[in-house]
Amino acid sequence: MSEYYTDGDPVADTKAPTGPINERWERRRFTGRLVNPSNRRKLRVIVVGTGLAGASAAATLGELGYRVSNYCFQDSPRRAHSIAAQGGINAAKNYRNDGDSVYRLFYDTVKGGDFRSRESNVHRLAEISTEIIDQCVAQGVPFAREYGGLLDNRSFGGAQVSRTFYARGQTGQQLLLGAYQALERQVAAGTVELHTRHEMLELVVVDGRARGIIVRDLVTGEVTTEIADAVVLATGGYGNVFFLSTNAKGCNVTASWRAHRQGAYFANPCYTQIHPTCIPQSGDHQSKLTLMSESLRNDGRVWVPKERGDDRAPADIPEDERDYYLERRYPAFGNLVPRDIASRAAKAVCDEGRGVGPGGLGVYLDFADAIGRLGKDAVEAKYGNLFQMYERITGENPYERPMRIYPAVHYTMGGLWVDYDLQSNIPGLFVAGEANFSDHGANRLGASALMQGLSDGYFVLPNTISDYLADGPFAAVDDDHEAVAAAKAAVNDRIAFFLGNDGDRSVDSFHRELGGIMWEYCGMERTDEGLRKAIGLIRDLKAEFYKRVKVPATGAELNQQLEKAGRVADFFELGELMCIDALHRTESCGGHFRAESQTEDGEAKRDDEHFSYVAAWEFAGEEPVLHREALEFEYVKPTQRSYK
Amino acid sequence: MKLRLRIWRQPGADAKGKMVSYVIDGVSEDASFLEMLDVLNERLIADGEDPVAFDHDCREGICGACSLVIDGQPHGPQAATTTCQLHMRKYKDGDTIDIEPWRAGAFPVVKDLVVDRSAFDRIIAAGGYISAPTGTAPDAHSVPVPKADADAAFAAAACIGCGACVAACPNGSGMLFMAAKVAHLGLMPQGQPERHTRVLGMVAEHDAAGFGGCTNTGECAAACPKEIGLDVIGQLNRDFRKAAARAA
Repeated sequence: MSEYYTDGDPVADTKAPTGPINERWERRRFTGRLVNPSNRRKLRVIVVGTGLAGASAAATLGELGYRVSNYCFQDSPRRAHSIAAQGGINAAKNYRNDGDSVYRLFYDTVKGGDFRSRESNVHRLAEISTEIIDQCVAQGVPFAREYGGLLDNRSFGGAQVSRTFYARGQTGQQLLLGAYQALERQVAAGTVELHTRHEMLELVVVDGRARGIIVRDLVTGEVTTEIADAVVLATGGYGNVFFLSTNAKGCNVTASWRAHRQGAYFANPCYTQIHPTCIPQSGDHQSKLTLMSESLRNDGRVWVPKERGDDRAPADIPEDERDYYLERRYPAFGNLVPRDIASRAAKAVCDEGRGVGPGGLGVYLDFADAIGRLGKDAVEAKYGNLFQMYERITGENPYERPMRIYPAVHYTMGGLWVDYDLQSNIPGLFVAGEANFSDHGANRLGASALMQGLSDGYFVLPNTISDYLADGPFAAVDDDHEAVAAAKAAVNDRIAFFLGNDGDRSVDSFHRELGGIMWEYCGMERTDEGLRKAIGLIRDLKAEFYKRVKVPATGAELNQQLEKAGRVADFFELGELMCIDALHRTESCGGHFRAESQTEDGEAKRDDEHFSYVAAWEFAGEEPVLHREALEFEYVKPTQRSYK
Repeated sequence: MKLRLRIWRQPGADAKGKMVSYVIDGVSEDASFLEMLDVLNERLIADGEDPVAFDHDCREGICGACSLVIDGQPHGPQAATTTCQLHMRKYKDGDTIDIEPWRAGAFPVVKDLVVDRSAFDRIIAAGGYISAPTGTAPDAHSVPVPKADADAAFAAAACIGCGACVAACPNGSGMLFMAAKVAHLGLMPQGQPERHTRVLGMVAEHDAAGFGGCTNTGECAAACPKEIGLDVIGQLNRDFRKAAARAA
């Protein structure tokens, strides 16, 4: 192991308040310093990203009177990938009178994260959840309602109460549009300057503080610097390291990774969530994967043929030649086992050669029983829009032929390390939303991503950042300052390298190959042997990338290949760190499954004695430094998760 | 399958554009339309040519980034379907397909098939919101909303801001986009206090941005991938008349 990393000093969350858990957030808000309203307009804050966390933070900081600069690489803030979230948003409103409470949401989330998150952070998230719903309703978000005019709820995985608020299957869209509209209101008010089609390519650190960013105008190619008093990254997750994922094509780790290279710790990079119900890959042309709501497993039965290589049409395979493997292996939970179990079970039968569809990477999700029992109309009423989406993508009618599904990368729990204030170990650099590591531990529960993004952006960050900004405004930094010039030169050198490289392979061809390595060895199941092999493969491929990558055209124009080249270069380094993190964590926990550490039932087996910590990695070339932050559980005592 | 593509190529905003023909072979019918363009671009890169620039992101029909006029129709031939959800099984071997950017005065071409839709953001900034600064909200249940109103508001709010309505309109009008937001917020009780200032502000910005007027052609609703109906335009017109009368 030591050949891959070195041990560093432990890291501690110095901002974490103590005392009764339900008083900690209030206490932190009281002990944190404030900035007088008339002084706020002297302070500039850069917010990178316009998803739920970024847009809500930029809008709220603007409302408070700070001068905000907000950046996104898309053509409009409304395109951020939060828009694609389907299911809903959790909140401990207890509107159902079914025993829900802030404490229960806190408990479910700590347990769901397999005891690898911070109790203080999760409790704050649960407290704020109720305010988020109030805020979004006030903005006019059209949540689903009942005939009496009050808000509807539904239940979601990992909970026994109905606490999920939703807007059909487009909850993320509606919440993001609410935040986007609040943001545009501040743009009109002059408190927020919006920079679309701009990509952050470097963080500027001056005298130990994050003081600005280097950005490239994606239309003109111009590289410029913006200096501020604080920088907020709300730049999303890194699932696209796998090439095929449910993320949008533009999702990338570059902003986070450039900050990491400047000294920000990257925490728990190996924690990735793989969703069991996605539409499988149909061929080599595949560019992304589409999620089908997990709710389908309520009525669909999962099966594969008993014999390997059985390529008969599903209807021609008799009942006794089918293997309903989830019902067989998990009789108590059947088709409703948790996400990680369902995903790994699908992989196992496909690895045996019993998968269905192109490439043998799929399992059937069969609605024949449900249609026979409930009637086609009832099934259509429940799942009609999903069936239509499936038919559009695959050309197959799921009323007549079972759906084919396969797991796909969906969310990343790891991210830049932050303290209770959402501040990274670089003073002045704050990280919000999926880009930070903070609240989900090793596994995120359904409908909790939207909650965390908005909690960070609307309520946490605007309250905690003032404690830092109270020391500002900081000294002016000129464009010719040593640190600015160095950062800018690094960006220009990299662009020049890609454009000048005499290569013969496209960026996508490398990205696809990297994704294949990550999926094979650092996907649903990881082993010591496989991870070591992956690190070698990634290093070789990275060397070939720098030798052979070909980027056409120039830097002084819209150049989508150039954009991708920088992102894929960063994915190589991230991928390697993910494998090192996964290799060092020899336990299984949540979405991180080490084949060597499982119970007899094939469940993730934690090793609390050795691994009850956050792994915060410091960049140091090919041999990163590991800083451990110990996790303590005062309220929810760690137990083995069980679904029997 | 083998296809002939005729694609609008324009190096930059001020450059002159033209249709350029490409022949592409071995297209899988399971590929999406954008994946077919990915394959073309891989080939162009290998041949040392500049790949075709086009906007795209989520590729699941919700972000609103993709924006191609395919054989004269925004988002192509399939109803209620964005370009990214259109699949090649809709085509047959030997087809010729014309691919162009959104064409409208208010959406200048940036490069090839990429256009500048920032005018939509400016319309929203001119009133397409409810003023509710963070922290000021009352309990979510303090104001019930009739289910029918909430459902109708949702249907209007489903707009993805892609701009197909503008591309389809012979006048290049942004009326459907704007009216969807006016209807969404106007149907919610929370949206009432700013109902009149909202519609006046948005319409003024729409006109200033260079969008054309609405002549009830209906092409916008036919092209809308989210099936937003013309009724929202009626709602906008009613609100606008009332607001204008009040302001006069």
